[in-house]
Amino acid sequence: MATYTEYPPKGYRLRMSTYWWLGRWPYLKFILREISSVFVAWFVIETLLQINALIGGPGAYTDFQSFLANPLVIALNIVSLFFVIFHAVTWFNLAPKAMAVRMGGKRVPNALISGPNYAAWVVVSAAIAWLLLRG
Amino acid sequence: MAEQIALEVTRFSPERDKTPTVQSFDVPLRKEWVVLDALNYVKDKVDGSLSFRWSCRMGVCGSCGMMVNGEPKLTCATFLSDYAPGPVRVEPLKNFPVMRDLIVEISDFIGKLTKVKPWLVRKKEKPVSEGEYLQTPEELDAYRQFSMCINCLLCYAACPVYGLDPLFAGPAALALAQRYNMDSRDEGKSERLDILSQHDGIWGCTFVGECTEVCPKHVDPAGAIQQYKLTATQEWVKSFIMPRGAK
Amino acid sequence: MHKRSNEPFVWLLFSAGGVVAALFIPMQLFLLFVAFPLGWLSGPSYDTLLGLVKGPIGRLYLLVLCTLALFHWAHRFRYTLYDGLQIKHLNELVNTFCYGGAIVGTAVAAYLIWQIP
Repeated sequence: MATYTEYPPKGYRLRMSTYWWLGRWPYLKFILREISSVFVAWFVIETLLQINALIGGPGAYTDFQSFLANPLVIALNIVSLFFVIFHAVTWFNLAPKAMAVRMGGKRVPNALISGPNYAAWVVVSAAIAWLLLRG
Repeated sequence: MAEQIALEVTRFSPERDKTPTVQSFDVPLRKEWVVLDALNYVKDKVDGSLSFRWSCRMGVCGSCGMMVNGEPKLTCATFLSDYAPGPVRVEPLKNFPVMRDLIVEISDFIGKLTKVKPWLVRKKEKPVSEGEYLQTPEELDAYRQFSMCINCLLCYAACPVYGLDPLFAGPAALALAQRYNMDSRDEGKSERLDILSQHDGIWGCTFVGECTEVCPKHVDPAGAIQQYKLTATQEWVKSFIMPRGAK
Repeated sequence: MHKRSNEPFVWLLFSAGGVVAALFIPMQLFLLFVAFPLGWLSGPSYDTLLGLVKGPIGRLYLLVLCTLALFHWAHRFRYTLYDGLQIKHLNELVNTFCYGGAIVGTAVAAYLIWQIP
């Protein structure tokens, strides 16, 4: 029986470059998808800062709003928006792969799983918009 | 003279070379020729020392996998004309040690494959006189896709996780484990789960998804692994609800 | 016998965080941190926003959103550091930074949400 050896003798083993993800678009897309998590974390930090400003009273809240209006912060948030949307789209598209739902002996088509995900996204986004724009 | 295309082939001899080199051959560019035909042309007419694996020439045996212009391909199913005017770069499969020219050493995969128990595990075999283990078409359909694997290892060449960490079980072995897990006749799920719910098993996968993209048999190893993660998580939750539950 | 793995637990948090982040964050980020600061739309006043978050549902929503999103980040970023930079030898450090960061973040979030008047 073949036994596993980490480095078989003689064979030439090429080491992967640290920048392997730069060479091919699918790999770069993968890394960008993973990097989106950094912007998710930034959103949480920003939200916590906002809560802190709410605790601090109207004065602190005005200061926080001028922080948000800083062009650098605006730029960062626009980049973050692209990344979180990228996260949402890749997440919904990959969800059917992880969930092999079977009904009546047949695998449910992918669109039937990602479809409701997108629908939920629209409903939730509309609800958030309604809550924040109403006042 | 017929049209030609340049074939840039990796050459490596473990006795002679420290690192692989590239040798270019001009081969006829024929409409019906695949990359494997061009390699055989070189071996038959130009340089008989060129070494590569192949057998069936019809995408079934899984031995002619190589990198063609940087993408893992079955060379018997990759047409030269798609790369005209060339050059076509042919390299050994990535992420495996090169033994000679285009031949890689795959015993690492064979060892991992054995580890996942890719066969029907029965707690108690029934005697032959009692007949076969029957299965409905729906039960067959549950794992059929994953059973199409021909062990060509294109998925390993496409998998950066395997390239970075040779201990990772890898796409085909995990997909084949799932193939038996989904089989209604199998009773080895929990044995396999013990082996594969480790960091080197399913949890090493970061769902790059390229294994599925390059698979010539549409096995979808990436899907198989994520489904396996879901199952492993359900089992983990169950083990809390029923700590003494049947294993 | 294999060591009992806690990977299913962190994967569960990662997945739940991924769903929550995908569903809730884009619109919230767009309105609160892009559209309102740029003046494209007029945002809620201080009192309205406080009214939204100070109820039990508002507090629970913020806590769940922050916690799960942070663990989603921790898990994904941990693997990104492994794969992207090949620093597997710093395994312990990376794990401590990522999951530790998420735990500290959760504690800070819980404290702040508690403090909402």
